[in-house]
Amino acid sequence: MKLRDFVNDMGLRVFAGEDNLDTEVTGGYCGDLLSWVMGRAKPGDMWITIMSNLNTVAVAVMSDVAAVLMAEGVEPGDDVIQRARERDVVLLGSDEPIYELAAAVSKKLGEG
Amino acid sequence: MPDNVLTLHYDIEGNDFTSAGEASGDVKRKLRMLGISPNTIRKLAVAMYEGEINQVIHANGGHIDVEITPQLIKIVLSDEGPGIPDVEAAMSEGFSTATEEIHNMGFGAGMGLPNMKKYSDTFELETEVGKGTVITMTVNIE
Repeated sequence: MKLRDFVNDMGLRVFAGEDNLDTEVTGGYCGDLLSWVMGRAKPGDMWITIMSNLNTVAVAVMSDVAAVLMAEGVEPGDDVIQRARERDVVLLGSDEPIYELAAAVSKKLGEG
Repeated sequence: MPDNVLTLHYDIEGNDFTSAGEASGDVKRKLRMLGISPNTIRKLAVAMYEGEINQVIHANGGHIDVEITPQLIKIVLSDEGPGIPDVEAAMSEGFSTATEEIHNMGFGAGMGLPNMKKYSDTFELETEVGKGTVITMTVNIE
């Protein structure tokens, strides 16, 4: 299932990476502690978090996650969006809490 | 030095969280251009980024030397920071001496050194309190 399907079906905002929505999503990971995410998230994961600083983009780059999904209405600053564009990182957003988003991502992944 | 070794050098600014990760990102891009496997690149990128962040947070910056050979990638992180008084504690998951401000940025999970060890194939740490720390890691190329 591609990022585009999640964006369309879950009504996600796209802050950066509009051109990279054909990336395949293969799993999900929730977390706000960056080293924890780096050590545990798998490539292709949808990373759901409330972190939205520049280091979030760096961790997304290093860990090869499919996208960063910012929960709870968190919005990245212009500097973060700019860095994400430079680094081909997809930044998504939603007003829903992490738990609801994880459940929705999990359900969609199950649909294959 | 043989022709088929690529060396890179980076100077890391202490306490600069806006460009933290740029060195690791640069190495990652270069490895991708060299056609190295994604799994090898990811291991290297995670290990190096943790080291880079540690230099930013704890060591008032430092230096990173990267050597890429056909068989492996070697990373040497050196700093003139405070050194690590209790290496055994620092190597255990969850141990952190980072400030609350650092925690609020999402760091200080106490996973930095454990992640570096986990994602590298060899890991050596030399440290002296008051002098600094040198970490040498290698990642084998698949």
